[in-house]
Amino acid sequence: MCLFNVKDGFLEAVVRGYKLGLLTTADYNNLCQCETLEDIKLYLTGTDYGPFLANEPSPMHTTTLVDCCTRKLVADWRYLRENAGEPLGRFLDYCTYGHMIDNVVLIVTGTLHERDVQELLEKCNPLGMFDAIASLAVAQNMRDLYRLVLVDTPLAPYFSDNLTSEDLDEMNIEVMRNTLYKAYLDDFAAFVHRVGGTTAGVMSELLSFEADRRALNITLNSIGTELTRDDRRKLYANFGLLYPHGQAELAVAEDFDQIRTAMEKCQPYQSIFSRLGLGETQMLDKILYEEEVRQLINTYEQQFHYGVFYAYMRLREQEIRNIMWIAECVAQDQKNRVQDGIVFTF
Amino acid sequence: MRALVLGVAATLGLPSLLLLLYLLNVDLQYLFFLFRNISPYFWSALGISLCVGLSIVGAAWGIFITGSSLVGAAIREPRITSKNLISIIFCEAVAIYGVIVAIILQTKVEAVKPQADGTYGLAAANAGYAILGAGSVTGWANLACGLSVGIVGSSAALSDAANSTLFVKILVVEIFASALGLFGVIIGIIMAGNANFMAQG
Repeated sequence: MCLFNVKDGFLEAVVRGYKLGLLTTADYNNLCQCETLEDIKLYLTGTDYGPFLANEPSPMHTTTLVDCCTRKLVADWRYLRENAGEPLGRFLDYCTYGHMIDNVVLIVTGTLHERDVQELLEKCNPLGMFDAIASLAVAQNMRDLYRLVLVDTPLAPYFSDNLTSEDLDEMNIEVMRNTLYKAYLDDFAAFVHRVGGTTAGVMSELLSFEADRRALNITLNSIGTELTRDDRRKLYANFGLLYPHGQAELAVAEDFDQIRTAMEKCQPYQSIFSRLGLGETQMLDKILYEEEVRQLINTYEQQFHYGVFYAYMRLREQEIRNIMWIAECVAQDQKNRVQDGIVFTF
Repeated sequence: MRALVLGVAATLGLPSLLLLLYLLNVDLQYLFFLFRNISPYFWSALGISLCVGLSIVGAAWGIFITGSSLVGAAIREPRITSKNLISIIFCEAVAIYGVIVAIILQTKVEAVKPQADGTYGLAAANAGYAILGAGSVTGWANLACGLSVGIVGSSAALSDAANSTLFVKILVVEIFASALGLFGVIIGIIMAGNANFMAQG
């Protein structure tokens, strides 16, 4: 607390300033009233997105709108990263490794379906870019992927622990993504523990939630596939509120009701599932997003820790998802559904 | 946690050291002999330098905690800068307390001749220790005060940027924090009050 501001006080204040620019409930209500994409653009020009939208030519598309919003996040993030000392710099890097994993998976899957690499690169998340990303397309199996490209990236340690020489197919790629993500989450959790102090307290709560949510999603998606129970168990991160007993129950769960029973044994998730009516699996995503946003906003209640940087990134991403949903609803004339997809932040 | 362990070790350390010396049959008279032969001018100089030094460390610490947050928060909300300068001024006041008390202590120091055996009399010793005590009380109190004003000031800058109605409320907290330094100053002045090198006896 006494020495935090030596290196990080300035950036913490800056990121709290960025957070003030996030859209509020009133903003969302106004956005929902918009009739065309032009209206949305006009409204967003009055917010922090202004400089990034001002020079966009009409007519707008949803993708260009979302691109502009993402550019704002990326610009903010670059500014933070360039001004960060250690260990904040490494913390900010850690926040983006998840995007890096997603990009690798995106390129590899795209190449498998013989899509153009340039086209794929445009779809990648700019936060997770690294130098050799374009050459990912040449890899035919996991060993090549590691040896040719990823050995120079920060993802290398996550790979080398779990390397198999299997060919890349749809199922293997998905397993690879989750194995990498598990290794990444474990590593991130260990890192915030090393940083210690308030950062460790705040971040381990957020990361536990993330780990549990991934465990839940893996279980949901693997029901009815050929993934065995042991393989499923290996994809869960080694921490989180469900670790280890809840995860053991999830690993053997066969349908949604069993998952629900396993999750409800954990106090915080009981309230989440109680908001979910019987058989309503579609709403689960939204409820989990709302819970995440609530936790992210809580990080701003404390000062002198790194969690606010992570929270800013996640909140901005959620906001971009909200804008995308509103824009899609407007573009496709589905205005009656516009409220369903928005996760309100402030 | 670590600070707590250090604090406990320090408070238990000195008595147990003395106990150890006693058990080892070390003649404690030699220890008192040592203290008797240290000049009271050394103690008063130490007191005055602790007073100024610690006060200024406290003030500087507070200013950089507040200042770095203030600079960052002012990027988005430039209106907060002039209002939040008051937090910087509160920190600065801590340094001024230290300087004032140091000047008062310095005026108490007067030259007296040592006795025939090279030691100083009771009055001079009393004055030397009084000035040491007054200086360190003021110094440590101001160090803590500067830190606490700095941390509250940093929060004040951030919350004022988010919501300007909070400024006055946090300012009240900050005023209480800056009053802590005054307690040290008052006790320091009282302690130094009857220090007089020239007194007879």
